[in-house]
Amino acid sequence: MSTFWLITAVLILMGFAYQFGATRSRSIASSSGQKLHSLPTHYGMFVALWCGVPALAVLLIFAVFEGTLIRAAVVSSLPETVQSLSAEQLNIVFNRIASLSSGFGIAGKAEPFEIAAAASMSRLKDISLLASIAVMAAVAIGGLLFAMRQLSPVLRARNQVERFVIAMLVFCSAVAIITTIAIVVSLFGEAMRFFSFVHPLDFFFGTLWNPRFATVGHGAMGGYGLLPLLWGTVLITIIAMLVAVPVGLMTAIYMAEYASPHLRSFAKPVIEVLAGIPTIVYGFFALTVIGPFLANAGAMLGIEVRATSALTAGLVMGIMIIPFVSSLSDDIITQVPRSLRDGSLGLGATHSETIRRVVLPAALPGIVGAFLLAVSRAVGETMIVVLAAGNAPVLQGNPLQAISTITVTIVNQLTGDIDFTSPQSLVAFALGLTLFTITLVLNILALYIVRKYREQYE
Amino acid sequence: MTVVSNQLPPLPSNADQGAKSPYSAVHSSLSKRHASERRFKALGLAAVLIGLGFVAILFTSILSKGLPAFWQATFTLPVTIDAKALSIEPYPQQNSGQTDAEYAKEVADWQASLAGANWARLIQNALLVYLPPEAARRSRDVQRLVTSSERFQLRELVAAQPDIIGQTVTLRMLADANVDVWIKGGIDRTLSDRQLPLTPAQRQYIEILQDRGVLNQSFSTALFTNVDSRSSPASAGLAGALVGSLFMMLIVIVLSVPIGVAAAIYLEEFAPKNRFTDLIEVNINNLAAVPSIVFGLLGAAVFISWLRLPLSAPLVGGLVLTLMTLPTVIIATRATLRAIPPSIRQAAIGLGASRVQTVTHHVLPLALPGILTGAIIGVAQALGETAPLLLIGMSAFVANIPSTPLDQSTALPVQIFLWQGNELRNFFESRTSAAIIVLLALMIVLNGLAIYLRRRFERRW
Repeated sequence: MSTFWLITAVLILMGFAYQFGATRSRSIASSSGQKLHSLPTHYGMFVALWCGVPALAVLLIFAVFEGTLIRAAVVSSLPETVQSLSAEQLNIVFNRIASLSSGFGIAGKAEPFEIAAAASMSRLKDISLLASIAVMAAVAIGGLLFAMRQLSPVLRARNQVERFVIAMLVFCSAVAIITTIAIVVSLFGEAMRFFSFVHPLDFFFGTLWNPRFATVGHGAMGGYGLLPLLWGTVLITIIAMLVAVPVGLMTAIYMAEYASPHLRSFAKPVIEVLAGIPTIVYGFFALTVIGPFLANAGAMLGIEVRATSALTAGLVMGIMIIPFVSSLSDDIITQVPRSLRDGSLGLGATHSETIRRVVLPAALPGIVGAFLLAVSRAVGETMIVVLAAGNAPVLQGNPLQAISTITVTIVNQLTGDIDFTSPQSLVAFALGLTLFTITLVLNILALYIVRKYREQYE
Repeated sequence: MTVVSNQLPPLPSNADQGAKSPYSAVHSSLSKRHASERRFKALGLAAVLIGLGFVAILFTSILSKGLPAFWQATFTLPVTIDAKALSIEPYPQQNSGQTDAEYAKEVADWQASLAGANWARLIQNALLVYLPPEAARRSRDVQRLVTSSERFQLRELVAAQPDIIGQTVTLRMLADANVDVWIKGGIDRTLSDRQLPLTPAQRQYIEILQDRGVLNQSFSTALFTNVDSRSSPASAGLAGALVGSLFMMLIVIVLSVPIGVAAAIYLEEFAPKNRFTDLIEVNINNLAAVPSIVFGLLGAAVFISWLRLPLSAPLVGGLVLTLMTLPTVIIATRATLRAIPPSIRQAAIGLGASRVQTVTHHVLPLALPGILTGAIIGVAQALGETAPLLLIGMSAFVANIPSTPLDQSTALPVQIFLWQGNELRNFFESRTSAAIIVLLALMIVLNGLAIYLRRRFERRW
């Protein structure tokens, strides 16, 4: 909470600094009679930035290092016997001390050394807060004075302020790169830790998925085979695409080629509503409506259909993807040049022949790209499968039975208490890495195909 | 080019059929081709109707299940706050010899003593007024008609206003979840007594209480004002989840809008064409298609494991959702910026504005409606996201409304996930649908706002 107030204080200070700078530059201009290089507002911003940015940088540095330093100081003050504990136990002790010092109670009776450490931790925290305020104030005032001394009619304030603005813009666009790097590094790092427990070959080509919940050495590890999960993902994706591709593509064709503007303006947004519905809602719909419906229908035909099965999940996922396929294909079909259609119609082809023999072949690369993007959506979809696929990680080909996927298993292995030392949790990152790679390849392939197609007509 | 002849080729007459005219093949297949044309068109229409049908089924099923849950079986009872039935001491009065501190301690002791009082008894007495005399012997059956959290509500009421002891107040109390489902017909009445969650006596009492007008369906404010509850399902509400989601959305707005807009401005207005900007472009396009659960893994590894931020905190959820919505905001903003004609920029630069001034004074104000629309759509997407939140511990049961973004909390879609898995299926199926209706309503409002902004401020150049 104190961080919030400190930031507010700095912002208020920056407001004052802006006023000082603007007023001062005006008075300089009028007293010296010289023309200012920049507008007074630029001088104001120049002073405000010099005042606020260093102070915020100090705050950031404190926020990053404070916890580690306090922890080190507290741990070094603990008795020898405690310090020699294993890292995990030391962590537990430290968490007890931290919750003591923050005023929350702890389970069990506090040891005298814990109380002493908690007291010293509170003291350290207070000192650190006061120190950060002092340093920030010093830096802010120093920056303010420095910038005020710099003010003169020849100071190129606008250029300097704009350079800072552009630097911030570059930083903001680099966030996308930082995110990608963070994804790759974190998935890769944790997956490597998992592979120190389980050999990569056993993971990627294992056919048994049975992670036991006891961590007892390498011998009794249970099975960490990816193949049953990968197969589940593939099966559900196939079912989803069998629903989404015909319905989505025909919808797109009808909307683009046949529908009256009236129908189009009504039906297109309504179908696109399907794209905006959260996936948890689809999951619930699959679980309570589609699943029981399929089970009853199967019972009437004398076939055993599980209510939560690959079919249920795939069907509902297909519904979810319909608008995705239809709006992407619609865009691509309408992009096909008019002249191609006119040529075909002029030669006497019917409307549907024109679509099938001329428009679709011309649009095919784009449509395939759209399908690949849809496949990548289906592969990464989580909540529908968590609720409706039945969670049975076995290699079996019957879509009427329960099945499990990569995403479901990630959720199962990482929900609740996260323990970053056991293979049971870490396997989620290996699975995530697999998922990320699959979707990345699909996306790059799709973008490549779409881009290649575009070159043909532009 | 001159028109040589605008006459169509002569139609083949019957006499020509023997001699192979080039048109006979066309004519003989024509009806087939027209039939296939009709089939194709019908297929397209069928696809559109299937799509529309799915929308209709989805909404009807959720509305039909969820709307009844907004009304809940509620008792409206005069309850006598009888100190004797409760066996509590009267509220302490300050004696002349007492110091303020002593008196405050006495009051605190009295309030603590309320915890041991028999509040269920009080509710039971209020119900017994309407029930046949033999009901007095079936106190368990009677007490269980009212959901258990009402006892604590009553205790809070008395602790806050001690002067109502001895008075009779009319209170609204939620009925037990099973009573609610029974009244709504959600329980199969042909089941045997052992399978039913209500005893025969309870079922009889429900009917009596309904006839006397004490037990009614009334609008369930509990759904919006209470937090989730395990011991007392009838009073489980969405307040905690709504506040948690609100915190996360605030974080998403505060972070993803400025960062996303800044990134889009840089890429559209300033970036030179080089490998660095190409790399950024590729990254943004890929991030837009990365499955949301991968962002959850990122959050678990980076924010929870490395930076040691607390589990289940809206702060972490907000950060993860920010990273997830950033590509949406960037792509929408870029599209808006691209739609602004270059002549505006050229005019500003021609008048001596710097490029930063051009952007801040001219381009951004014109792009504002489009940026807002993109931001709202991004926030709506983040609001409905569930999977990444499960991985950072937000699926934990939380019994308090979070007061800061660092407190334990859950979120609206996660609450839906938790409720659908509740054992009390009959009750929570409609409760979950009601939560879904709330979520969808919020999303419709957000998207409606985006459409309104687009319509209101859209400019064609």
